[in-house]
Amino acid sequence: MNLHEYQAKGLFADYGLPVSVGHAVDTAEEAVAAARKIGGERWVVKVQVHAGGRGKAGGVKLAGSLDEVRAFAENWIGKNLVTIQTDEHGQPVSKIYVEACAEIDRELYLGAVIDRGSRRVVFMASTEGGVEIEKVAEETPEKILRTTIDPFVGAQPYQGRELAFRLGLEGGQVAQFTNLFIGLAKLFEELDCSLLEINPLIVTKQGNIHCLDAKISIDGNALFRQKRIAAMHDPSQEDQREAEAAAFDLSYVALDGNIGCMVNGAGLAMGTMDLVKIHGGNPANFLDVGGAATKEAVAEAFKIILSDSNVKAVLINIFGGIVSCATVAEGIIGAVEDVGVRVPVIVRFEGNNAKLGTETLAASGLNIIAATSLNEAAGSAVAAAEGQT
Amino acid sequence: MSILIDKNTKVLCQGLTGSQGTLHSRQAIEYGTRMVGGITPGKGGSEHLGLPVFDTVAEAVEATGATTSVIYVPAPFGKDSILEAIDAGILLVVCISEGIPTLDMLTIKAKLDTTPTRLVGPNCPGVITPGECKIGIMPGEIHLPGKVGVVSRSGTLTYEAVKQTTDRGFGQSTCVGIGGDPIPGSHFIDILELLEKDPATEAIVMVGEIGGPAEEEAAEFIRSNVSKPVVSYIAGVTAPAGKRMGHAGAIIAGGKGTARDKFAALEAAGVTTVKSLAQIGDALAEVTGWS
Repeated sequence: MNLHEYQAKGLFADYGLPVSVGHAVDTAEEAVAAARKIGGERWVVKVQVHAGGRGKAGGVKLAGSLDEVRAFAENWIGKNLVTIQTDEHGQPVSKIYVEACAEIDRELYLGAVIDRGSRRVVFMASTEGGVEIEKVAEETPEKILRTTIDPFVGAQPYQGRELAFRLGLEGGQVAQFTNLFIGLAKLFEELDCSLLEINPLIVTKQGNIHCLDAKISIDGNALFRQKRIAAMHDPSQEDQREAEAAAFDLSYVALDGNIGCMVNGAGLAMGTMDLVKIHGGNPANFLDVGGAATKEAVAEAFKIILSDSNVKAVLINIFGGIVSCATVAEGIIGAVEDVGVRVPVIVRFEGNNAKLGTETLAASGLNIIAATSLNEAAGSAVAAAEGQT
Repeated sequence: MSILIDKNTKVLCQGLTGSQGTLHSRQAIEYGTRMVGGITPGKGGSEHLGLPVFDTVAEAVEATGATTSVIYVPAPFGKDSILEAIDAGILLVVCISEGIPTLDMLTIKAKLDTTPTRLVGPNCPGVITPGECKIGIMPGEIHLPGKVGVVSRSGTLTYEAVKQTTDRGFGQSTCVGIGGDPIPGSHFIDILELLEKDPATEAIVMVGEIGGPAEEEAAEFIRSNVSKPVVSYIAGVTAPAGKRMGHAGAIIAGGKGTARDKFAALEAAGVTTVKSLAQIGDALAEVTGWS
């Protein structure tokens, strides 16, 4: 689960980490009031969306007057911001973050991830702040400094000092950086982060270490014990159909093809998409309907898949493990009738009671094509989708 | 022969009296698995499915001599249950539960590094040695005792691979679902090492998916350590970057972990790869010369 910058900075502040004074607001009036409250003559105003690349897209501005603060907020609230990381529709802007202005001397990078290779939390730091860190890693990997956290002993001050010296920090900055490092490691662990990033981390003109941006992602599996963080969830930043599917415990990811896919099991669901592609078609979505593939789940899955008007055919691929395909067949028939499915539905059953399931579908009199193999199913789905376009 | 489990393996179930534990333990018993007891704290001294129930894993191990445990507890209790099994001296822990926080797994992995215990899972279908021992949620009847070792990150994709090897009469030595989480207890290379040494395994099917470096690590391992033919399928060529595809671990992050890269790494290591999951059986027949 991703957090907004203002939420991440609020958490940073809770941990005593150096962030600017700022307020998240919903209206232009509030934006002006927030700027007044912060004081000074210049402010940074930033749209709050779950996407990087906001600055280049016009979603971050240095405002030199209250009028500019107001104009920025009026311009963006209620609109969508399109960045290199969003799709062509962009992400909706409902909040603006108004922040005190910091003066930059140097831009650095500091981040932490769960490294799947070493099975540890790894901190990364770089002198190349303010740019895309993936690019730095690709082009100049020697500029990425790393330190690994031992799960039993936790982050140690020497690790922070080592990074600080290698970043070229000096004097009081070393202790400031070390405190930041230890604080971030604590936050990472206590809040079940999966990713944490400060880009840029700056040295101010006054010579202090300061977090200019903040990005936090939380491990979705840990939300049961992170109630406060779970409440920060902003569904407006997610694909609406993905959010609806999640409410029914279905995993759904929208794609841009025209063949809807409904599959039991995440791996097989991906495999089915790949198979559609091999047969010359394009999958409209990833959808894992769950191991049991009950009538209710199938009906919800149909509704979500068919809410995409591009879908010209639906391919259902079920490997009956514990669940009988005959039961799933009845669920599909019921769901097709209830939902009023009008596009061709191609079903492939394998495993538990596959033959009986296929016969049940064939006898239903509905527009359901029962396939007997993976290839036949994918081929039929592609042909059916083409026949409709 | 087989790896990890056979007909003599004594198995405990943590979470035996819960709905999942009950359903799958009943099927395991019917399959012939040597289930010897279960653990549900507070229900010690009672009986369930004809098996003795214990309050702690340590008591259960003491009373039954079990070396293996399967876990069906809800995810919030996963870490505690796995660590309890490790401390009780269980040698193989199979964790079916889905949704264990990743930071819990980092602690568990560090603990595993200091003990002889092996963990398979979490978020996996389990382990089966056909005809001998079934631990987990896979359908027993699609399996056939035989000569192909199967290792996979996905449940239903494993079943597809198994079905194709059963239909051709090759059968399976042991099938291991290592699970779809970013930090699994066992990785491909841990299982590949065992399959390479197992005399009953004549060929290996490895089913991977997008996300993480496990397939690339496996490719490196196979290059210098595996002499048996390996057929591999990777799911997710059509998966978009940055989106989690159902499994917690199935995500292309920062341009890393694509199916294309994984196919390339495996091919460079001499592995026979198939782009279609329907071709696993055909490829196996071709590479082994079996008919």
